[in-house]
Amino acid sequence: MVASSLQAGHVTTVHRHLTSKFHSNEEMGQTVFPLIDENLKKKNYKIGIENNNDDENLQHEEFEETPLYAAILTYLSYAILCLFGWLRDFLRQSHIETKRGAVDPNASLAFVPLYQSYESFYTRNMYTRVRDIFNRPIASVPGAQFELTERVSDDYNWTYRYTGKTISAINLGSYNYLGFAEKTGPCATNAINSIKTFGVANCNTRTEIGTQRYHVELEQLLADFLHVESSIAFGMGFATNSLNLPVLASKGDLILSDEMNHVSLILGIRLSGASYQTFAHNDMKDLEKKLRAAIVHGHPRTNRPWKKIIIVVEGIYSMEGSICRLPELIELKKKYKAYLYMDEAHSIGAMGKHGRGIVDYFGADTNDVDILMGTFTKSFASAGGYIAGKKSLIDYIRMNSHANTYASSMPAPVVQQIISSLRLLQGPEGKKRIYQLADNTRYFRQKLVDMGFIVYGNKNSPVVPMLIYMPARVTRFNREMLRRGIAVVTVGFPATKLLDARVRFCISAAHTRQMLDNALISIDEVGTEISLRYSTRHKSRRLREL
Amino acid sequence: MGSSMTRGDIENLATDFYGLLESFKHAPLYHISFEIFLVLAVIWLVVFRKPRPIEKKLTEKEKQDLIDEWQPEPLVPSVDPNHPALNVRVLDGIVGKTVEIDGKKSLNFATFNFLNFVGNQRIADKAIQAVQKYGVGSCGPRGFYGTIDIHLELEERLARFFQCEEGIIYSYGFSTIASIIPAYSKRNDILFVDEGVHYAIQKGVEASRSHVKWFRHNDINDLERLLAEQEVLDKKIPKKARSIRRFLIIEGLYVNYGDICPLPRMVELKYKYKYRIFMDESVSFGTIGQAGRGVTEYYSIDRQKIDLISSTLEYAAGSIGGFAVGSSFVVDHQRLSAQGYCFSASLPPLLAAAAIEALNIMEEDNTLLFETIMEKSKRLHKKLLSIKGYIISGDEISPLKHIRLTHAFNTIGRLEEIVQFAQTRDITITVARYLNDEHLLPEPSIRLILNVEMTDEELEFLCAVLQEALVKVTT
Repeated sequence: MVASSLQAGHVTTVHRHLTSKFHSNEEMGQTVFPLIDENLKKKNYKIGIENNNDDENLQHEEFEETPLYAAILTYLSYAILCLFGWLRDFLRQSHIETKRGAVDPNASLAFVPLYQSYESFYTRNMYTRVRDIFNRPIASVPGAQFELTERVSDDYNWTYRYTGKTISAINLGSYNYLGFAEKTGPCATNAINSIKTFGVANCNTRTEIGTQRYHVELEQLLADFLHVESSIAFGMGFATNSLNLPVLASKGDLILSDEMNHVSLILGIRLSGASYQTFAHNDMKDLEKKLRAAIVHGHPRTNRPWKKIIIVVEGIYSMEGSICRLPELIELKKKYKAYLYMDEAHSIGAMGKHGRGIVDYFGADTNDVDILMGTFTKSFASAGGYIAGKKSLIDYIRMNSHANTYASSMPAPVVQQIISSLRLLQGPEGKKRIYQLADNTRYFRQKLVDMGFIVYGNKNSPVVPMLIYMPARVTRFNREMLRRGIAVVTVGFPATKLLDARVRFCISAAHTRQMLDNALISIDEVGTEISLRYSTRHKSRRLREL
Repeated sequence: MGSSMTRGDIENLATDFYGLLESFKHAPLYHISFEIFLVLAVIWLVVFRKPRPIEKKLTEKEKQDLIDEWQPEPLVPSVDPNHPALNVRVLDGIVGKTVEIDGKKSLNFATFNFLNFVGNQRIADKAIQAVQKYGVGSCGPRGFYGTIDIHLELEERLARFFQCEEGIIYSYGFSTIASIIPAYSKRNDILFVDEGVHYAIQKGVEASRSHVKWFRHNDINDLERLLAEQEVLDKKIPKKARSIRRFLIIEGLYVNYGDICPLPRMVELKYKYKYRIFMDESVSFGTIGQAGRGVTEYYSIDRQKIDLISSTLEYAAGSIGGFAVGSSFVVDHQRLSAQGYCFSASLPPLLAAAAIEALNIMEEDNTLLFETIMEKSKRLHKKLLSIKGYIISGDEISPLKHIRLTHAFNTIGRLEEIVQFAQTRDITITVARYLNDEHLLPEPSIRLILNVEMTDEELEFLCAVLQEALVKVTT
């Protein structure tokens, strides 16, 4: 994957990481002037690491190319899985093997089948075999260390049996960036007090009799924190995107969205009725080309000019670990008079010196981003989402939002948790956590890269995807890590592209250096067992050599 | 001078013509074929060729001019500061039988806590225990360590309460039905939807991109007509019709109207026309039926005949979230394909704990609570009918009623005046709020909701205030 293109006018230093075959003593980070190496040219590495003078490594991202043998083996794996799937289906059809799974109660009555057979092919033959690595129930607070409920399957994951015991594991999977998922402490105490004062729920919508004093307080506090005029909060992060984008965009508008955007954004764009185009991930040249074409030619068939153009990006992309290029986006947006919608679900609280998100990270002006959106589930350990911006924008959303008019208002303990963690974030405790998170992130990423694994994304993002490619290795990695007491999240097709199955680590400020070291030791062991060191740019090393 | 052509001239012509033909015979082949080609080309140009339009190629300068000239609309249009959404009443305290607004307590007939579980001590205690064990948020979607054992317990309890095979919970009431419908119904399928369904169902229907056939609210004859028409169409394309799924989307008790759907007849038609029924029982869960199991219990219909029952925990159960129950075959599909389930963080455990305790109370009580609420709804209905000047819509056992003024009078302005007057007399009621892009915008109304712990005197007081308000508004 290409990280970015080189911009004219900036001094660009291209770091060429030569393989250990040619220069065995090469260390990472040394600048090698671009010697024309015949072998390198043949291999045609796509390296595009931009080192912008102004941003001093803030945008340093790496997306190493998939090695050819890994690609071939992955396709082969899926082909074998399909073959076996067809074989098993055939055995089931001819009643040699018993059919498992639920049966349609209406099957015998000539109803149209509820599911296409090819949809459930994947579920029956591939997903069910590895089902135990997903949906693992936990029995404690999702902090840095937690308890997993032990479950065993006697029939290859068709049904589970709970043994009643729990497994203690280090949590590298939950979105707990600042470590606020705690069951004791000021946040929890305040939440408990709010249950006593306000009850658990409100049973009504915000526009009727559902607005409480604490909603107003939260919105005010949030607006002050983000340095914007006003904000509005909703009970669900997914719904914040899907129910408010239709308010901002409608038929006759154009939305340019990044190709890696989250499902909630895509659903919101679809429901809005506006036309939309996707641009290549984080590729500002492609975006500029599309912007120019859009303004010059207008609507593709009628050539009417667009009423407005909205660019939709995310702060941190949760599967890639990359950060949007905010300074360039703001430049483009001003040049072409478009509007910018930034979804900071993962980056609010986790990025920036003060935890204010990507705007803080790049030191940009909040007024330049028209619509700031974020969620409270990740860094604030609560639930819900918000939109922040100018007062006129927020008032309009208040009047027309589907969630404001039809969905129940946020309950007291949830809001109180956000208020408490926001207040803590603005004080010395918050600074400590932000620093701890940044430190943990850099340490963990550096060690993984040094060991020779392929890690995607920006070096400051607490979302760390490590590539595994083959479905069987993905499953084995997950199970082996759990055996060693580390709980990780592995994702494959269809959440990612077919080739790019990966494990995604979420670093938290609550992780101690000891926990990270334990995790690294396990990754090192398992990585050697399963041969996960795919990187050709960085030397493969064992942890003890570092 | 007529034919001045003498014999000699004709002879000359003939000779010339003969000479021409002779020369053709002697001419080389390529010459002749070239001449024939030219002739044909001329014929083609004249007869067949259409004038091609001149292609528009813009220069860079022209493009830059277009870019400079283009002016977008403002991001949002200007806003009316007097819009009711910007001037809401702010509460302070537990939303129970009474609410506190600006320091004054008033009777609450506006919020959806039918069984008055908000503020219930047992539920609050369980929620506090959950915070002490799990913290507040769940920090992840269901697939990635966001599944907490308390979620599994809640799903099991809901399935047991409804006597179904499996249950599934969502973290937001609105997203529940809005994610369920697109998970089953795709582009080529047909949805038969009642016109009076609430907004979340409309959004689900829109997101599914299926063919929608709306039938008049609660009009079973209209539905039969649509089904018969579809059957005729099916006979013309029998092969394709075998792969088109059909669904009927209805509510048990309609939020916008307060009336119950004619379920028995719909179930009969289901087996005749082969569609599946998805019923949304948001309001009827916990309020209708001997044990609060909803419209299926009220009509004594076997719950297995309804393919999926979805509901919300935000009304009677006094918590947050939504759920769906049904057979394992139907419900399990949502775990991989419902967007609001897979891609969204899971329900905070304290809310799940509150819902479990609410279910405990409902099951322990068994029938008293539900008999009471049905009884009081009937009484309220009778009392409201006795006030002249209001049109009451809703079934008599429905705890949710809509009040309107007689036709010419019924405007939102007057209803707001009634609401404001009631507030001064310490009764909190509200005008039902809708967005303008509803499929069938209901007439303006005041939505009255009955709380099971209201006493008879309080109901009387409500009617008296409504009567007074009517006088004030119509004079």
